[in-house]
Parts: sequence; structure tokens; C-alpha cells
Amino acid sequence: MSVLVFVEAANGKIKKAGFEGVTYAKNTADQLSNSVTAIVFGNADAAEVSSLGEYGATKVLHAKGDVFNNLDAGAFTSAVAAAVEKENADVIIFPFDNSGKAIAPRLSAKLKAGLVSGALSYPTTSGGFKVKKNVFSGKAIAEVEITTAKKIIAFTPNSVGAHKASGSASVEDFAPSVNASKIKLLEVKKQEGDIPLPEAELVVSAGRGMKGPENWAPVEELAKVLGAATACSRPVADAHWRPHHEHVGQTGIAIRPNLYIAIGISGAIQHLAGVNQSKVIVVINNDAEAPFFKAADYGVLGDAFQIVPKLVEAVKKFKASQN
Amino acid sequence: MNILVCISQVPDTTSKIAFTDGNTKFDTNGVQYIVNPSDEWYALVRALELKEGGGGIVTIITVGNADVDPVIRKALAIGADDAVRINSDAKDSYYVAAQIAEYAKTKSFDLIITGNQTIDFNNAEVGGMIAELIGWDYITPCNKLEVNGNVCKIESEVAGSTRVLEAPTPLVISAAKGMAEARIPNMRGIMAARTKPITVVEPAAVSPQVKINVFELPPAKAGVKMIDPENMDELVKLLHTEAKVI
Ligand SMILES: Cc1cc2nc3c(=O)[nH]c(=O)nc-3n(C[C@H](O)[C@H](O)[C@H](O)COP(=O)(O)OP(=O)(O)OC[C@H]3O[C@@H](n4cnc5c(N)ncnc54)[C@H](O)[C@@H]3O)c2cc1C
Repeated sequence: MSVLVFVEAANGKIKKAGFEGVTYAKNTADQLSNSVTAIVFGNADAAEVSSLGEYGATKVLHAKGDVFNNLDAGAFTSAVAAAVEKENADVIIFPFDNSGKAIAPRLSAKLKAGLVSGALSYPTTSGGFKVKKNVFSGKAIAEVEITTAKKIIAFTPNSVGAHKASGSASVEDFAPSVNASKIKLLEVKKQEGDIPLPEAELVVSAGRGMKGPENWAPVEELAKVLGAATACSRPVADAHWRPHHEHVGQTGIAIRPNLYIAIGISGAIQHLAGVNQSKVIVVINNDAEAPFFKAADYGVLGDAFQIVPKLVEAVKKFKASQN
Repeated sequence: MNILVCISQVPDTTSKIAFTDGNTKFDTNGVQYIVNPSDEWYALVRALELKEGGGGIVTIITVGNADVDPVIRKALAIGADDAVRINSDAKDSYYVAAQIAEYAKTKSFDLIITGNQTIDFNNAEVGGMIAELIGWDYITPCNKLEVNGNVCKIESEVAGSTRVLEAPTPLVISAAKGMAEARIPNMRGIMAARTKPITVVEPAAVSPQVKINVFELPPAKAGVKMIDPENMDELVKLLHTEAKVI
């Protein structure tokens, strides 16, 4: 038996959620006295692929084939299912990101393997296989029991972190036979910003208090000096001040970074639902009555247009002192 | 184009989230229900736009008991032609997907659209499961959809990039922000919805794959520490030494 973990690579590097996924798989496998096999998709150099061994994988299947170029969930599902069979896997781990959302449900239906999406912590495996996950957009947590023989978990990125174990992995190429895809990828347009929001540890977010898209420079600069991703409230995305993928909240994406800085956001219940799992929340708002202060760890009362540039300078000074 | 839109009933976004029976059941006391936002705002409205542009039928489907009829009427009021209710509790995502797949197999839909995620269980699972069960292609999230004959052109915004994809029907997609703008039903729609048919279908025998044992509420916050706006060095210091996040 083994625990199989889905890992993605791009531009030669394993994605961050990949290392976290192997960590998650390693913990699960240890509980079940199993070993971890990682299946890697995408282009990554050999050293990068074998480094998954340091996180607990004993074997890596590097999936290759043009059939994956169109990013068709069906092709990935078939390949992962082939790996499940080859490795005799009874638990399969995915990150709950766009790829996990596209592939894990298909695989669940294909293998008749119960799926828990958005896991917050490792499973417990004695007395039933149970996983805790977010429900009601972070307003509650549910303990879900998987009752099928095969099990799939899609974990929330940045929930358990990536931790090195000791060990090394054997690497082999894996070219399962997968039907040609009817989906064609015509183009990939790169979005601005280098840090994808769902996996970001630090997030700088701003709302309608910024008054207009032309005022985002200080927000972006703060994100840059911190090495943070940028996010926004729903009305800001609705008004096209910022791209849709930055919209966080109950009807946008839910995130749980280590630090969430909310600038000029009132903290409506639907917004909080997507960010209230952040470890630390800083709120900058000029209205002492803004509901966000009740959900914050640190608050700064005042005009964001004055405060944010000062915060940028303070962070720069701090960063310089660290070098 | 013959389109099936999957909708789910969910508690209103402002609902108080509480539990009963030793935290094993959601407390429905005083809860108002709505159509799950992405099902309504994006999936249903885009389906209606496609129908208005090129003809066809928009059918909505949900798995639920008779108490979900009010949200079905709401979706009919926005403009769906007819509705199907699979007469059962929604036991888990797989159960729901399997019921919808069974129904879809008996009809000839070109497109099945779900919302990309519900605001109650946050699973994002049903669309992909339906696709697998009926053997169709699946694209999620779908932020833009144009249809030309039997070819769908889709924009999918994923972390860091936007993918432009082309796929022939039949196809399952999960709708997300950007596909359409929310519509408010008008008086005519509300009146018409009263007489539109809701077809009730008995469920197929399907075993659920997961079950919720117990709920808990996240730990409460300790309270906010206010920082002097003139002293951002202090905030940075606290984030470093106290919160240890930078
Ligand atoms: C069904 C439903 C779903 C929803 N889903 C979401 C969701 O997913 N995400 C989401 O964000 N919203 C969502 N909303 C909307 C939500 O209810 C709020 O309307 C929205 O979050 C408000 O955005 P905001 O805080 O940017 O704007 P506002 O509420 O207008 O708040 C702006 C804030 O900026 C402050 N401000 C103004 N000027 C300054 C200044 N110079 N310096 C500092 N502070 C300043 C103000 O004091 C105020 O607190 C949803 C609503 C509904 C009904």
C-alpha cells in the first residue's frame, strides 16, 4: 500500500504546494505504515524532482506526455488513476487549488473514493478515517469521515506547511496511456504579480476605501516590500479596479495566510468569511466603528493614504536591518 | 443549446452559523435560504444569455426535498424554462453528482453548468464528479464563456495566469466570477415562475462516500491591539517579535 500525492511543477521548479503535499502525505503514510509516492506533472529539473525525497517521498513518478499540454482535467485524472493502480495506493493527496479542484472530484467519481476538499489538518486514522475541513466559508469546521476503501484528501494550501524529513526518493519517468484530449489550450495570459494569492503566506488587501484603481500604487508597494500577494474586496473586483482573481471572501476565494493586511475594507461578514482563518490580521481603517477591527489582531485607525506609505518605509527599514 | 444548470440551496450569507444535537446538525432556526451565489449569478445568468442569443432551453436541477421549492421558484423567476428536483436530501457531493448524472444521461444536454463552489460546504466537487460519471470533458473555473456552434471558448483564471481554452460540447463547466452579471427577477418573471413546471424525480440508489460526524466553531480572537498611526515601526516590530509572521 502507499499514499500517492499529486505534485505540479512549472518552469523547472516544483510548486510550493507540492512540498506541502508531500509533507501531508508523509504524515498520513506514517500513520498507516505506508510509503509515499509522488506523481509530478510539468517541467522540473532532476534535482528539483528528487528533492521531494527530502520531504518524505520514497518514489517519484515523473509524468511525461504531450497529452498533458492542454491542461485537460480528464487526462490528468486518467494518469493519476494509472499511478494509483501501479502503486497500489489507497490514499491520494491533492492541494485544494485550481488543479486539485479540477482533478480530485473526477478521480473520486472514477475510483469510487470518498473525497474531502479543503482539509485543514492531517487526517486521524484510528477509529475511522477522519479529516477536518472548513465549512460555511471558514465560519465553522466539520469533521468528515471517509467511508470508502480508497480515500482522497484535497488539503488547503498553507495549512500544514512543508517540512523536511530525512530520506531520498527514486525517480522514474511515467508515461501512462491516456486518451487524446478534446480540450485545446489556445493561450496562457500571465497575470500581474509573481505570488499566487491562494498559496501566499503574506497578503496585502485593499477595499473601496482606496477610492479608485489609480490609488493602488502604495498597496502594491507594500506587497512588494513584504513579498506579499495582493487581494481585494468584492466591490473592488466588481468595479474592475482589480482583477477577479484577487476577490477574497465568501463568493471569492477563501485564504489562510500567516498575515492579512486589510486596507480600507469595512469587514462585512461576507468578506470576513474568506479571510478569518488568517493567522494574524492587521486592519487599517479611518472609521473606528468598522466591523473589521473586531476580527483584527492589530488595528491602525486613520487615513490609509497617510499610513500605508509610512508602513512601507517601516518595512523597508526593518528589512534593511535584517540583512 | 440545451443547458442544464445545477443549483444548490444554501443559507443566506449573513446567516448565523450554529449547531444543534451535540454539534452534529446545522441549526436551521431562523435561517433564510438563497440560491448558491455562483450558481445563480454566473451559471444561470450566463445560460440565459446564451439562450437569448442563440435559442435553446435552460433547465435547472437540484437535489433536495420539497422545502427547496422556494429557491427553485427564485431561479425560475430569473428566467429558467423548467426545473427538475431529485426528491432526496443532498447526502454528500458524490450522491448529488450521481443523481444529476443519472438524470442527464436520460436527456440530451449540450452543456451542464454548476457554480464553482457552494458557500455552505465549500467543496467545489459536484461539477467534476458529474463530468466523470457521464464521461464528458470538464473545465473549472470558467470565468468567461462564448459559444460558437458546438465549440465553447472559455477563459479560466487560475493562480498567476488566465488560460484560454477551446472545447466541443457536450461539456461540463463550473462557473465563477466574470461569466455574467447577477440579475434581479422582475415582476413578470416572478409571476411566470409560479406556473412553470417543477418535475419531481425519485432518486437513484447511490451510496454516499463521506459523512460529517461533528462541527465546531473556530477559536475566537483575543481582541485587537491598536497601534499609533504615527508609529508604523512599532507595528512592524510587533509583527516580527510578537506575531512572528514577518
Ligand atoms: C451574497 C453576497 C456575497 C458577498 N460576497 C463578498 C465577498 O466574497 N467578498 C467581499 O469582499 N464582499 C462580499 N460581499 C459584499 C460585502 O457585503 C461588502 O459590501 C463588501 O465587502 C464591502 O467592500 P469594502 O469593504 O471594500 O467597501 P466598503 O464597505 O465601502 O468599505 C470601505 C471601508 O474603507 C474605509 N475607508 C474609506 N476611506 C478610507 C481611508 N482614506 N483610509 C482608511 N480607510 C478608509 C471605510 O471606513 C470603510 O470601512 C457580498 C455581499 C453579498 C450580499
